Amino acid sequence: MIEISHVNKWYSPTFQVLTDCTTSVTKGEVVVVCGPSGSGKSTLIKCVNALEPFQEGDISVDGTKVNDPKTNLPKLRSRVGMVFQHFELFPHLKIIDNLCLAQQKVLGRSSDKAVAKGMQLLDRVGLNEQAQKFPAQLSGGQQQRVAIARALAMDPIVMLFDEPTSALDPEMVSEVLDVMVDLAREGMTMMVVTHEMGFARKVANRVIFMDRGEIVEDAPKDDFFGKTRSDRAQKFLSKILSH
Amino acid sequence: MFSNFDFGVIIRALPYLFYEGMTFTLMLTGLAALGGLVFGTAIALMRLSGYKTLGRIAGVYVDFMRSLPLVLVIFWFYFLVPYIGQWLTGALRPISVGAFASSLITFIMFEAAYFSEIMRAGIQSISRGQPAAANALGLTYAQTMRYVVLPQAFRNMLPVLITQTIVLFQDTSLVYVLSITDFLGAASKVAQRDGRLVEMYLFAAVVYFTISCIASFGVRRLQARIAIIR
Repeated sequence: MIEISHVNKWYSPTFQVLTDCTTSVTKGEVVVVCGPSGSGKSTLIKCVNALEPFQEGDISVDGTKVNDPKTNLPKLRSRVGMVFQHFELFPHLKIIDNLCLAQQKVLGRSSDKAVAKGMQLLDRVGLNEQAQKFPAQLSGGQQQRVAIARALAMDPIVMLFDEPTSALDPEMVSEVLDVMVDLAREGMTMMVVTHEMGFARKVANRVIFMDRGEIVEDAPKDDFFGKTRSDRAQKFLSKILSH
Repeated sequence: MFSNFDFGVIIRALPYLFYEGMTFTLMLTGLAALGGLVFGTAIALMRLSGYKTLGRIAGVYVDFMRSLPLVLVIFWFYFLVPYIGQWLTGALRPISVGAFASSLITFIMFEAAYFSEIMRAGIQSISRGQPAAANALGLTYAQTMRYVVLPQAFRNMLPVLITQTIVLFQDTSLVYVLSITDFLGAASKVAQRDGRLVEMYLFAAVVYFTISCIASFGVRRLQARIAIIR
């Protein structure tokens, strides 16, 4: 579904953020990307739907090359759901309108259909009573669940999560993870940047560990948690699992 | 000075002052603000587009307009527009443009320079995550601006935009250099005709002051309400 091959990215000639990153995500797979901050994991996931440009290498989603200038990026992005660290709901629109905007403007759905779809998804994330409120009236956890519903409303073929729980208060993390676990169990293809190792243990097929812009470890979940090979990954794991 | 102050002069002139003068002033203010906002937003988008040439053209335009006294622009524009029109259409003679059209175009172009700076600040106040989220949903650049960025920028900047419009409302009185009958022009004409300078100019000042004051008060109320919504 996602093919990343030999991606190199520089912010400036002397500052390389991604070094020769190669990996893939197959259909129905859940891949967790972890690593210390500044390791390039968020940058890598943003390259997948071309929110960040990169200078070398190739990324293709469902056979479409994202770094090909001829690619219709809006069309490609509409099929790739993305959830951000800071939710990024549109604050001037009601919750239901947040869910309907792209359905109508990008997919051309009628208002009735978009609202029906939106309400169905709000129901799914347990927020159908908040439809007429504005984002600022919701808690962080609720906002992030709306953001997931908004991405799902586009019927994406793959979902990208960029640290979806790291801006949340601890007591709200689980309500968001529950939604993501359900999604994974239903067979959604997911690439998730997160530090939530509990989530990784529960539903991930593979875990990728990144450090200083490189993919250091790319292993099936059980291998990753059972017999981590690299020192760097071991150190990282021992730090975040020590509490 | 006030011993022979004649309120009757003012009252008799009221219909003329408001039907002709104030209608013109408000129409010019409204249309110029609207046009300035649209044109100014386009300039702001040019400056933020990331295309160097486009941004530079917009920058030069804004700096140029803001470096000239408004009266001079109004004056020059009135004489230049007919020739520009002739040049553009290839007509044989200078195109005759009415004083209203000429002053409206001038104000739109002049205000666009100021509105563009306000809108630029407004657009820059939106976090980069917002357009990123809109793009990630498949919205094009134009749709992202139209449905996500500009509505928020406009809302955030509304108090400043209205304040600028109040300034514009007062500035429209400068069209007197074209002998146009705006509110001040009408008051001035009556003042000259009846030799009642004190009454008419004092009354004009009171009217400008009252309207601007009420509008400013409205802006403060609006600011408080926007602060609550955020």
